[in-house]
Amino acid sequence: MRNKTLAWRWGGGTIAVILALLIFILPFLFILFTASKSQQEASLLQFSWPTEWHLFDNLAQVIQTRNGLPLRAFINSAVLTVASVSLIVVLGAMVGFILQRRQQKWNSLINGLVLVGLIVPPAVVPTIWVLQGTGLFKTLPGLIFVHVAFGLPFAVMLFRAFMGSVPRELDEAAIIDGAGPIRLFMSIILPLIRPVMITVIVVQSVAIFNDFTYALYFLPGDSNATVQLLLYNFQGQNLTQWGLLFAFILLVTVPPLVMYIFFNRQIVEGMTSGSVKG
Amino acid sequence: MTTEIASSGATGTRRSPGPAPAANKRRKKQSPYPNWFYLPAGLFYTILFLVPTGLSFYFALTRWNLFDIEFIGFENFVTFFKEQALIQGFINTFIYAFLTSGAKVVLGLLLGVFLTSQIIARGFLRSVIFFPALVSTIGIGITFKVLLDPFDGPVNQALAVLGIGGPGWLTDPSLALISIALVDIWKGVGLATLIYIAGMVAIPQDYYEAARVDGAGAWNNFWHITLPLLRPATATVILLSLIGGLRSFELIWAMTKGGPGFTSDVLGSVIYKQYQAGFFGLSTAGNVVLFLVVAALIFPLSAWLNKGEKES
Repeated sequence: MRNKTLAWRWGGGTIAVILALLIFILPFLFILFTASKSQQEASLLQFSWPTEWHLFDNLAQVIQTRNGLPLRAFINSAVLTVASVSLIVVLGAMVGFILQRRQQKWNSLINGLVLVGLIVPPAVVPTIWVLQGTGLFKTLPGLIFVHVAFGLPFAVMLFRAFMGSVPRELDEAAIIDGAGPIRLFMSIILPLIRPVMITVIVVQSVAIFNDFTYALYFLPGDSNATVQLLLYNFQGQNLTQWGLLFAFILLVTVPPLVMYIFFNRQIVEGMTSGSVKG
Repeated sequence: MTTEIASSGATGTRRSPGPAPAANKRRKKQSPYPNWFYLPAGLFYTILFLVPTGLSFYFALTRWNLFDIEFIGFENFVTFFKEQALIQGFINTFIYAFLTSGAKVVLGLLLGVFLTSQIIARGFLRSVIFFPALVSTIGIGITFKVLLDPFDGPVNQALAVLGIGGPGWLTDPSLALISIALVDIWKGVGLATLIYIAGMVAIPQDYYEAARVDGAGAWNNFWHITLPLLRPATATVILLSLIGGLRSFELIWAMTKGGPGFTSDVLGSVIYKQYQAGFFGLSTAGNVVLFLVVAALIFPLSAWLNKGEKES
C-alpha cells in the first residue's frame, strides 16, 4: 500500500513534469530561442538552441523599429490598462457598495443588468456609431471608456459579494462620527475591500492589456495602436524578420508574467471566483 | 431597461448633495448609501453597452454603410442564412464552442483530481498549466501558426523524426478549425483545472472519512462524493468556456483568419469580415444572431445548472 502511494507520488509526478515540459514549456522556449537568434538563424524556424545569443540586440531593435512605434504602443497599452482598471475598480465598488447595503426595488433590475453584461457579447458596429457620435472613435479615451463599460459587470459582481463581509456597524460608527457617503466609502469601505480590489485589478489588467478585438474595432490604425494590435500588424509586415517578431511576442508576455509572479494567489482566487453566476 | 436606468439617475440627482451645508447635514441622516453612486457606472454601461445593444436590433434591419442607412427588413438575416460561407461560420461556432468547452470540462476535471493528489512538483505543475491563460492570445496564435506549419513547422519536424507524416494542421480544410480548438484548449485548460482544484479543496474531509468507514474505494469516492459536490465548479467551467467559445475571435483571427476558404470561420470572424467590407447592417445582423445564440444557450443552461445546485 505504502509502496503504491510512493510510486504514484514520484512516478506520477515525474511523468507529469515531463509531459508538462513537452506540452506547456516547449512553446515558450521556442519563443525565447527564436527571439534570441540572429536574423538568418531565426528564419529557419527550427527548434534549436541559438548558436549566438542576440536577445538584447533583438529587443532593442524591436523597440526602435519604425521610429519607436512599439515603444509608443507600450505606453498606449499602459495608459489604457491603468486608466480603465482604475475607473472599473472605483465605479464598480461604488455600485457594489450601494447594491449590497441598500435594499430597494431596482436592485433586481441592476442584478439583471450585471448578468446581461457578463453574458451578452457587445454589439460592435453600433458601439462604433455611438463613439463616432461622441467624437471618441479612434481615440484612446474612447477605448478606455469601452473597456470600463464592458468590465464593470464582472467588478460589480465581485464587489457586491465581498461587501457582505464588511460589517454594517462600521458604517454606523462612521456616520455617527459625521462622515458623509463619500468619506464613508473612501476611508472606511475601500480600505476594507482591498483583497477583492486586488483580484479585480489583476484580472482586469491582464484582460485589458491582452485585448485585441476591441482595439481592432475601436482604435484602428498604427499611430496610436496598442501592443496587441501592433504585434498583429507586425506579423504581416515583418515576415522575414522572425527574430524581431518573436522578440516582440516575448516583450508582450513580460507584463502578465510579472503580474503572475507578484499576485499568484490573488490571480487564482480571482479567476475562480469570477464565475458567471450572479 | 434604458428608461429605468435613467429614472434611477434622476432619483440620484434629487438626492445628491447640494452646495448648502445645512441641507447637506439633513440629507446624511436620510441615507448614507445614496443612489447617485450608481450614476457614473450606469452612464458608461448605458451609453456604451445598453444603447448599442438596443440599437443593434434596428441596425440589423438596415442596409448601412458609412454614409446612408436604408431600412430593408429581414433581408440581412435572409442573406445570412442563404450564403454558404455565412452558414458555415454559424455551424463552426457551435462545433468550436462545444468541442473546447467539453474538452475543458473533462481535462480540467482529470487534471484537477491529479493535481490535488499527493504527487511531487504539484505547485510547479499547477503554475505551468495555468500560465498560458495569462499570455496574449495574439502572441500564442502567431507562435502556434509557426509551430504547426505543415512544411517546416517544428511540430511536423518532430513527428517526422518519429516516422509520422504530420498533417497540414492549419491548411487542411477539414482540420483547421479543430487545430485552433486544440490551441484554445491548451490555453484554457489551466483555468478549468484551477476552478476544479478550488472546488475540490472546499470539500470537507469528513465525507471521505465517513466513506472509508463504509469501505468505499477510490472510484466510489470520486463517483459518489467528489463529482456531485463539484457540481458548482462544473457549472462555472461549462458556462465560462461555452460563453468564451461562442464569442471566440482573436485566436482564430490570428491563426487562419477563418481560412482556408471559410472552413474555420465563426460568428466572431464573420462579423468582423462584414464590418471590414463595409456591410455594417449585415455585420450587425451577425451580431444579433450571436446574441440570440448565446442567450438561447446560456440563460436556460445557467438556470438549470444553478437550480440543480440548490436541490442537492
